[in-house]
Amino acid sequence: MKHWLPFILLFATQVAFAQADFQKKLQRQLILADDGDTIRLEAGTFFLTSTMSLEGKNDITLLGAGKDRTTLSFKGQTEGAEGLRVSNGKRIVLENFTIQDAKGDAIKTMNVEGITFRRVKTEWTGEPKAENGGYGLYPVLCQNVLIEECEAIGASDAGIYVGQSRHIIVRNSRAYHNVAGIEIENSQMADVYDNEATENTGGILIFDLPDLEQKKGGNVRVFNNKIHHNNYPNFAPAGNIVATVPQGTGILVLATNDVEIFDNTITANNSLGTGVISYYTTEKPIKDPEYYPYPTRIYIHDNVYERDRVRYQGKGRLGMLFRYKLRFGKKVPDIVFDGVLDDSRKGVLPLCIQNNQNAKFVNLDAANDFKNVSRNATLYNCTLDPLKKAALTLNK
Amino acid sequence: MIRSIPVFLFLTLVGFLCAFKSDWSAGVLPAAPKETLSEYRFFTGALAKQVPQDGVMPYALNTPLFSDYAEKLRFVKIPVGQPVAYNSDNVLDFPVGTTLIKTFYYPVDARDAAKGRRLMETRLLLHEASGWKALEYIWNDEQTEAYLEVAGDTKPVAWIDAKGQSQSLVYSMPNLNQCKGCHNKNEKMTPIGPSVRQLNGELNYGETTENQLAHWQETGLLTSMPALETIPKLPKWNDATAGTIESRARAWLDINCAHCHSPSGPARTSGLFLHWQETDPTHLGVMKTPVAAGRGSGGREYSIVPGEPDKSILMYRISSEDPGAMMPELGRKTTHLEGVALVREWIETLAR
Repeated sequence: MKHWLPFILLFATQVAFAQADFQKKLQRQLILADDGDTIRLEAGTFFLTSTMSLEGKNDITLLGAGKDRTTLSFKGQTEGAEGLRVSNGKRIVLENFTIQDAKGDAIKTMNVEGITFRRVKTEWTGEPKAENGGYGLYPVLCQNVLIEECEAIGASDAGIYVGQSRHIIVRNSRAYHNVAGIEIENSQMADVYDNEATENTGGILIFDLPDLEQKKGGNVRVFNNKIHHNNYPNFAPAGNIVATVPQGTGILVLATNDVEIFDNTITANNSLGTGVISYYTTEKPIKDPEYYPYPTRIYIHDNVYERDRVRYQGKGRLGMLFRYKLRFGKKVPDIVFDGVLDDSRKGVLPLCIQNNQNAKFVNLDAANDFKNVSRNATLYNCTLDPLKKAALTLNK
Repeated sequence: MIRSIPVFLFLTLVGFLCAFKSDWSAGVLPAAPKETLSEYRFFTGALAKQVPQDGVMPYALNTPLFSDYAEKLRFVKIPVGQPVAYNSDNVLDFPVGTTLIKTFYYPVDARDAAKGRRLMETRLLLHEASGWKALEYIWNDEQTEAYLEVAGDTKPVAWIDAKGQSQSLVYSMPNLNQCKGCHNKNEKMTPIGPSVRQLNGELNYGETTENQLAHWQETGLLTSMPALETIPKLPKWNDATAGTIESRARAWLDINCAHCHSPSGPARTSGLFLHWQETDPTHLGVMKTPVAAGRGSGGREYSIVPGEPDKSILMYRISSEDPGAMMPELGRKTTHLEGVALVREWIETLAR
């Protein structure tokens, strides 16, 4: 046995050497790439210690040998806050590879016009935990964003997160074991369809937050998704807005305007099948004078709901509220509206609910200390105009 | 033979261009980066001595960016006869053709300069017609030359600090993309340090010690300068006589954070703004909730909780050495203990 040792050591040092080589070669290629280039990643698992970055380039494709065939592992990362970072480019395509165990976010793309993620997987291996990075696929301040056939696993914030962007399609993708499966935040003109969000804390979140550069999100369509069994205990580090998302959330709309949710199957999400809430319900302070904290024109129609006969799953104050004050027992409603209204717009209904299967409703009247909790949805039986389809320009 | 063909073509092209444009050194055409630092002829004598040639001006900042306790030598070369116009707020608007030169080094023993130093890297920012460009030169172990390296590198380094303690770390030198991670204003590459508030301080020029701005004015590098007393001055962060705790902490945050955390920086997506001129308490982080901090929040609720540094995310992130949580994200692997202590002191003084 002993005589093998030198060979094993020799092999190990060669592997380590080759890896450092790979990292430097890839970073060099990313820096020296000419506009229009395709950079190919061969099959295999490569261990990297530093963020790989692509900056200021146009028409670049980063092409692996396949999801799970080319894996860039950042388990031993000592430098940089992302696995892969793309900034200030146009028409960038990321395709056919996996990013694993980044110390911070897996793939952040910022200020890119035309960004495609195709068959890209981001994951944190092992049990989901607070020490995992925040975001898997993370375009922010981008325009024309296409995410398709991707997979996001284990993010301590959101698996697929589109922030402060415009013209977005997220489709045929799968998000699981994240705190939030898919999140569209302060973003406009987004279509989220044909995705599966399962075993997250919350399946799909549509949020508008204060104090940001792109102030307003809106015109978000969520349709034809399978959103089920999102009952995973919340493992987000405290302080982050998603740390307040109750486990057992299917879809949560926070303070966003113009959201259309239709043709989804929303099943076995055992706290909020679909929640529609104002920012006040997060109990966080608002100091941004331009921020509008109420959801408006939310249209929930033609979805199929179903939940297990179990109690509300969420913990914390909201959990206590559901259990001890609202006393729904095992008959928790599917569509939950916090009932917080903008006093200056009295008489305008913030949401319409139509033609859903098996959807029970509650208005919590949270603004009045839950005095007039109402389970009557007839007031909200109204129609809103369908929202516009998201249209992308990804080519020159 | 085959290899020499591109060289031949290149020379032909150069000759062709020169025939039409006799003076292309003025930055009209971007020059190809030189392979070695010595080719630029910024220095006279042994390169490692870093003695500037005529026309290359040394300078210093009142409060510099922390770079893993590395020390820095700074120089600027401004085209002759093209002085920089004064402006009170921003980095000076250096003319095309300017080069900013910064050499990073560790002393062998910080208590005794005579024991020598180890030069690690020299970074250049060149102002070309198309904008600023960064180049990275890494020093050889013999300390005779620094070589162009686009992909950066890491090297172990050891030194004895000012308290006589042995220190060591794996020092990182940036790749060219990382340069723009910090040198970025509205997505354009830009210098960070040399604003008048940073330059408004004394420097030893060998024979004389003089205010740098006054010296620049006298030597024709700076024009339209108002009276010195009216010019803003960033306090030296570690000089208690130079300003209040607040002003020194804000100076430290300005140079260490504001290149990203300002309305024109890459961290504008966070809404946390730490530039010197910011006055809005929420943007400065007071009781501000994080946006995309992830585990960088350290389980804390607000960027700054007045009077409560241990509840403030800002403290957590500037103290952390975990790449997924630490701030700044780039350019340090260790914690700047003294700078962090100053920010702690400032947050403690804020009224609860």
